[in-house]
Amino acid sequence: MAISKEEYAVLVKQTAPPSPLGTDCLKAFLCGGGICALAQLGLALLQTAGLDEDTGKTVVMIALIVLTAVLTALGLFDKLAKHAGAGTAVPITGFANAVVSPALEAKREGFVLGTAAQMFSIAGPVLVFGCGSAALYGLVYFLLKKAGA
Amino acid sequence: MTLLLTVGKAFLCGGAICLVGQILIDRTALTPGKVLVLFVVCGVALGAVGLYGPFARFAGEGAAVPITGFGYALVKGTKEAIDARGWRGILEGPFSAASVGTLTAVLCGLAVSVFARSKDK
Repeated sequence: MAISKEEYAVLVKQTAPPSPLGTDCLKAFLCGGGICALAQLGLALLQTAGLDEDTGKTVVMIALIVLTAVLTALGLFDKLAKHAGAGTAVPITGFANAVVSPALEAKREGFVLGTAAQMFSIAGPVLVFGCGSAALYGLVYFLLKKAGA
Repeated sequence: MTLLLTVGKAFLCGGAICLVGQILIDRTALTPGKVLVLFVVCGVALGAVGLYGPFARFAGEGAAVPITGFGYALVKGTKEAIDARGWRGILEGPFSAASVGTLTAVLCGLAVSVFARSKDK
């Protein structure tokens, strides 16, 4: 049976169960919020131990990335992410997973052009657009500062 | 009591940002990767117009941990670099600010790929 792309899309829409937006959103909210609350608790703990706020925030970020890497290596992150959706994808854990997971998967393609290259398959665009737009902001800020001075 | 309040604020704000991301993933054609890119640029834009700073002071880690906070950190680092070193900061600031998160993730990726074996799906 030959069907067009449009007909197929309609068929898929009819047969696929509607994604439970409510449940998805609740899980994303709870997991994402939970990760941020955990980070805030960790920061408070570090500050009690005598670290200043900026150093504490850096340590918390490193801890979240390392934790993500360990969970990814153990295969547990994917199981969590399947339920949490954006709850683990949007926090820095998602960025870390996007670097570590392809590093692991692409091992068979070689260390240089597999692991090292694939690590940036998602982190690359994030850095290109993030740093690119930050540089654009910097240019505007610099010119405005010059004009004002 | 104050700790409970700051943790609660971080929970609600961080959760809300993830909620927006989930709606985008479920209801648009955007993949999680593209949502990350979009959110970083949003963080940069909101930081540039001066909105993310006050939000970050209110939400704490609830604003810093989501990837939008990474974008804001890029803006903050770029501004500081320009204030300290003039026009060079435009080019030095963004990657310097991105360095801790990116390099930590890269080093973790290298370590994991050396020491761990890929799980067969």
